[in-house]
Amino acid sequence: MTIAAPAPRVLRRSFGFDMSKPILLLFAAILCVLIILPISWLVYYAFTDAKGAFTVGNFHRLVSDAAFLDPLLTTFMLAILSALICCAVAAPMGWLVSRTDMPLRRTVRLLVTASFVTPPFLGAIAWELLAAPNSGLLNQLFRELTGAASDEHLLNIYSFSGLVFVISCYTFPYVFVLIANALDRTPGDLEDASAMLGAGAWYTARRVTIPLALPAVLAGALVAFLQAMTLFGSPAILAMPAGFHTMTTKIWSLFQFPPKPELAAAASLPLLVLTVLLLRGQAMILGRRGYSVVGGKNSEPRLVRLGRYRWLAIAVAMIVLACPVFLPYFALLNAAFSKVASHLVSTSNFTLQNLHFVFYELSATDLVLRNTFILGVLAATIGTVIALVISYVTARKAVTGHAVLGFLATAPIAIPGIVLGVGLFFSYTRPPFVLYGTLWILLIAYVTLAMPAAYQQMQSAFRAVHPELEEASRVLGATRLRALWEITAPLLRVNVVAVWCFIFVGVVRELSAAIMLFTSQTKVLSVLIYDLNESGDLAAISVLGLCMLIITSLIVLLANKLTKLGGRPTTAGI
Amino acid sequence: MKSTISRRSLLVGSSALAAGSAFSTYVRAAAPPPTATTPALIAAAKKEGRAVWYTSVDLKLAQKIGKAFEAKYGVACQVERTGAERVLQRIGQEYAANVHAVDVVNSSDASHLVIWKNKGWLEAYVPEDVAKYYPADHKDPDGMFASFRVFLCVIAYNTKLVKKEEAPKSFHDLLDPKWKGKIVKAHPGYSGTIMTATFQMVRDIGWGYFEQLAKQNILQVQSAADPPKKLALGERAIQADGVEYLIFSEKESGQPVEPVYATEGTPLIIGPNGMFKAAPHPNAAKLFQNYCFSPECQQLCIDVGGLRSVHPQAKEKPGRTPLSQIKLMKDDPAGVLKAADEIKAHYVKLFHV
Repeated sequence: MTIAAPAPRVLRRSFGFDMSKPILLLFAAILCVLIILPISWLVYYAFTDAKGAFTVGNFHRLVSDAAFLDPLLTTFMLAILSALICCAVAAPMGWLVSRTDMPLRRTVRLLVTASFVTPPFLGAIAWELLAAPNSGLLNQLFRELTGAASDEHLLNIYSFSGLVFVISCYTFPYVFVLIANALDRTPGDLEDASAMLGAGAWYTARRVTIPLALPAVLAGALVAFLQAMTLFGSPAILAMPAGFHTMTTKIWSLFQFPPKPELAAAASLPLLVLTVLLLRGQAMILGRRGYSVVGGKNSEPRLVRLGRYRWLAIAVAMIVLACPVFLPYFALLNAAFSKVASHLVSTSNFTLQNLHFVFYELSATDLVLRNTFILGVLAATIGTVIALVISYVTARKAVTGHAVLGFLATAPIAIPGIVLGVGLFFSYTRPPFVLYGTLWILLIAYVTLAMPAAYQQMQSAFRAVHPELEEASRVLGATRLRALWEITAPLLRVNVVAVWCFIFVGVVRELSAAIMLFTSQTKVLSVLIYDLNESGDLAAISVLGLCMLIITSLIVLLANKLTKLGGRPTTAGI
Repeated sequence: MKSTISRRSLLVGSSALAAGSAFSTYVRAAAPPPTATTPALIAAAKKEGRAVWYTSVDLKLAQKIGKAFEAKYGVACQVERTGAERVLQRIGQEYAANVHAVDVVNSSDASHLVIWKNKGWLEAYVPEDVAKYYPADHKDPDGMFASFRVFLCVIAYNTKLVKKEEAPKSFHDLLDPKWKGKIVKAHPGYSGTIMTATFQMVRDIGWGYFEQLAKQNILQVQSAADPPKKLALGERAIQADGVEYLIFSEKESGQPVEPVYATEGTPLIIGPNGMFKAAPHPNAAKLFQNYCFSPECQQLCIDVGGLRSVHPQAKEKPGRTPLSQIKLMKDDPAGVLKAADEIKAHYVKLFHV
């Protein structure tokens, strides 16, 4: 392919100006503004007092006051426990789905995707309906079955363990996808070799399969830890009624009237530092434990025959999926059509009043649906374009300094949503950039938060497309951009669509940054649902939540259809 | 954010102390002449299309009022509902960033209107009904706000879970160990109703009550509109505080709830309406203010919403205990204004959130 005459290229070059350099510089500048500006303000605020003078007093207060230390400890415990539970559940599930002949394997994958689409805060509210100590449907069932007294209960969701459970429910999909995909990629050759050399199934699993999957499990544990640590919605919904704070809810409460932004900034920094340290730790561990498993001629993984345990396996998988999917959606569906959310729908109890209220009376519905949709489409489009360009540059090493771009695009992974929200609030409520009160500030937050995962997904896609096709185009005289647009982009269409959908879904389920940045005119669906929860309007939440599920499911289904991955969900990465 | 002044410093730092007594009959300046609802006002409001109302009244009632207004005048009402303390924060945050989205505000913490008035954000505007019918101690002497809604913050119980004769009669009854784990309570950092009630209760029965209540393993919710709903769900047997109007409307729609008027007295909550100078829809705002204080809207608030009214033409609904027969705690917005930050801080210390 590289033997074409260079003449036309020279000719073309002399006429057409190659726009790639300035555009790349522009993208670098955009990333700098997106990330460096809010973090700088955060650091500035953390080290100044109310009058603007330098101080370390904010941190001193942070470590000396039990009102801050307790949430820090709680958050740490919460994150560790959630990570352990997620791995303990997701690893066997991933193995069952990827490596065994369990029936309904594809359905299980699809259902895990459904739990990914569920925002954690909506899951938390649904679990209130299920496991509030007295009115929870499961507790009512328990009393019905055992004849226990009216004030006895089996489950109490308003507790530390309840919070760990709910967070694990909605974090486990991340871990599951990482592990299942890793197992998918692991070729059967090595296991075959082990079997041929006389090792038993258990020995092969212990010496071959598990070590190969270990990096994915560790990565999953880390993702789960970070998720649990930085989540805002679930703790705000479940921990505060129980009378305790996590770091995220504490940071948020520091913004309530009378606001203490210095303390909020100071409380944000430990989250940021911890995240950076953990990510570095992961890089070190995985750096040593990488296995090159993808070669040119891999055999399909051999499926383990479960025999008569097949049905037991699927039963267990379904019970696991009941927690994030079946039970919560049953509870939401029930509450949407019931006069009283804690009563099961019956002929005397059925009502369409809740639907009527949400779609005909609630004046915020139109506004938030419109805002959410606009932001979802814009963030997904802009985010995909930026990720596409940057991953192209880094994958093809197109300009000097491409590594910096890659680093900048990955950096937001270390910024928890609520911390970014605080930073953006500081950055864009003052001149020269007064964006607070517009959709722009939310758009910036969403694009920034989505960038690492979008970039990582695009980059792995680029690596799969050999550069020779682009080179051919450039040899024939096209500029870099034209080659990218006409050759590479169509080849990556499938991945582009997947990344677009991924960002869209992420926008719809984002709460922690939006809660810091919205105004009455720029409210989004997640914030409205959170508002409704504070005033106890569970029926309206159920209707809106189901509405949200339908929209995002349609998008994800579309993605799966376009990417033709069948049962393989588009949620790889983080 | 830094420029946001806390209520405390606002009071100490300025000479506005006199204006702090919100409903004093001492008249400093004449309120502007009252404005009636004229066809010209309606036409101008229609041109603007909608009024934006920030309120802390329960969402369903707020939307009913909004829809009734829209049905009457063909002008939409966009309701932005959240807790009164959040409304205060929201408007402060928005105004600090020069975002002027709110037309009319309603807060269950009457001291907020004093804050906005002192900042010079409120428009002097007097609806005709307010001038003609509203008692002097329910309207601002400068014509910047008036008592849109009046209600109580009550104890209540679920009649399926608690027998009438066992129900608590006073706040101190709630400290009985038998109610441990059975009480739901709202938060003064979110709800203006609870902020106002906490102020009155601390003044009349002391922090000691709250210190002991904090040991009762309560379910801590945010909005004062939530405890009545938690009672109706059967999630808790008793509410230590919460709005009376939802207990009425839940009860009248067949839910097993019953209010209790505590022997120590029941906190009285005033929720004034005011209009902003920088309102983006000034005519719609005026029309909406006129509607809010009309006998029609006030009667709707009573009948559908369970609120009380100081409009002499509005009639109390039979079957509800009349205000005159209830021992009330005295409202004092100026006092709340001074104590609010301290109440929030002390509350968080006792209840941990």
